[in-house]
Amino acid sequence: MNLLKLSIANLKEKKLNSFLSALLLTLGIGMISLLLLLNKQLDEQFRRNIKGIDMVVGAKGSPLQIILSSIYQIDAPTGNIPLSEVATLKRNPFVKTVIPLSMGDNFNGFRIVGTEKSYIEHFDAKIASGKIFENSMDVTIGSKVASSGTLKIGSTFASAHGLDAGGDVHGDKKFKVVGILEPTGSVADQLILTGLSSVWDIHEHEEEHHEEALEGAHETDDHEHHKSEEKQVTSALIRFRNPMGLIALPRQINENTSMQAALPSIEINRLFSLLGIGIETLRTLALAIILIAGVSVFVSLYNSLKERKYEMALMLSMGATRTKLFLMLLMEGIMLAIIGYVAGILLSRLGLLAFSKAAEDDFHYSLKQFSLLPEEIYLFIAALVIGLLAAALPSLGIYKLNISRTLAED
Amino acid sequence: MITSKQLKFSYSSQKHFSFPDINCGDDETLLILGQSGKGKTTLLHLLALLLKPTSGEITINGHNVTSFTSSQATTVRAQNIGIIYQRAHFTNSLSVLDNILLPNYFSGQKQDQEKAAFLANELGFYEHLAKKTNQLSQGEQQRVSIARALMNNPNVILADEPTSSLDDQNCEKVIKLLQTQSAQIGASLVVVTHDQRLKNEFQNRVFL
Repeated sequence: MNLLKLSIANLKEKKLNSFLSALLLTLGIGMISLLLLLNKQLDEQFRRNIKGIDMVVGAKGSPLQIILSSIYQIDAPTGNIPLSEVATLKRNPFVKTVIPLSMGDNFNGFRIVGTEKSYIEHFDAKIASGKIFENSMDVTIGSKVASSGTLKIGSTFASAHGLDAGGDVHGDKKFKVVGILEPTGSVADQLILTGLSSVWDIHEHEEEHHEEALEGAHETDDHEHHKSEEKQVTSALIRFRNPMGLIALPRQINENTSMQAALPSIEINRLFSLLGIGIETLRTLALAIILIAGVSVFVSLYNSLKERKYEMALMLSMGATRTKLFLMLLMEGIMLAIIGYVAGILLSRLGLLAFSKAAEDDFHYSLKQFSLLPEEIYLFIAALVIGLLAAALPSLGIYKLNISRTLAED
Repeated sequence: MITSKQLKFSYSSQKHFSFPDINCGDDETLLILGQSGKGKTTLLHLLALLLKPTSGEITINGHNVTSFTSSQATTVRAQNIGIIYQRAHFTNSLSVLDNILLPNYFSGQKQDQEKAAFLANELGFYEHLAKKTNQLSQGEQQRVSIARALMNNPNVILADEPTSSLDDQNCEKVIKLLQTQSAQIGASLVVVTHDQRLKNEFQNRVFL
């Protein structure tokens, strides 16, 4: 027999009350913890992928869309830009590197991106086996594409039109896998990379096909470039030589060319401030739930103290000190807080697992960091404080309990 | 042993109690009989050091305890006095065994499982030790509370109406057990009651 055993017995005696209090804490803490995890990992994913990219140019349209489509490979591109204009940029004294990108096809939902070797170098990606694409229709695949199982070195496949699985298949021209990249933790893991010429080749071919069959009845913007002689790309990732470029170039591009410049850092901050409202609302809601949990601990201890008044007086008459009984009651609050915290943390990991699965299915992004965040230690302290406060307030009554009267009354 | 001299107590300026002197040596028993409202429970609480008298003095085991502070009184009570109440009350969340062990725990003594088992056997509820207290009948509960009062080997056993909620059969059983158990450990037994059935069970009687 000791205080801990007494507290546990008391919690068990009021199973439903204890369960309700712990459940509320679990929900509140689980929500906050999940938000922290998602926020951190999304932030990390987003920041990691814009590292070393100062500007993206694409066709006129939403700058956020250009960033999402060209850097993160999640949105559709805004259109195409002439390769010659990209080439002009290369000669600009502010510009250090230009990586052209050309997309529009996929294989099993993995995007096929036409680019140059510098794209692979940009992500510091190493070749795990095979080699980097050289000839037209050669591809080097990212680690996630490789681990999805259908492709290995030497396999050939036909791409499908569009950016999501299930488009028209370009059946007559086949890609060939020549290399696999090591995991980089970046967007390159989920891409099928090939030379720019492959993309042109496959679509020129298709163009002929289409012209024979129909009068371009379901031509899309992506195909516009085939009508002109000029070669086109979707967008280009640009790195400046110095920060001066940041001031001069975007405006110059927007005013004088057919392209649109987008600055990743600004767009991502804008995106996060948009998401932030939702996150802030959820966080407030979670805090409210935690507060309600505190009130629930308070009410259930307050009620049980009223019911247990005689028990307390009895224990006091047996020689228990008031402080000892106060500690016993505090311990009940603390135990509920700990149970709620542990369950909440587990719940948030389960939530993350579910979310990660959804994100992987839809965007091939994985969010898999289950370790305890430093913020969650503060969350633990906060849970303890709430448990303590909620238990301490009603339990102070033990210091005012009149033993003789309580024992005589019943 | 426990003695009191010229004890007086008042809850308010209108309600004064003055009690006859009490003297109960080791191994002796004393019955205090009185109608409701005569201050029976008040007297018992004074003797148990749960209330402080306005005047008069109490000695327990030869020590004058009247001027003790409440924490000193708590220690004296925990070590020297076993109390049995009119209706048996327990810590509902604990088993019968744990309830009997509580006085050991709170007075800082070793939790004597063997003694608990021995008493349970003596008082006839050994098979109920693992049950919750509210699963027991009133007579059984009262016997458990006697065991609880005996756990610390007190010098004084105070019983407040221990039989008033029991039928004749249980009444006799409980009072016999109280007498034999307190005799076994050489304690003074003071019973406060209005229960006329007990009149003939005690030789020493005080009327309020």
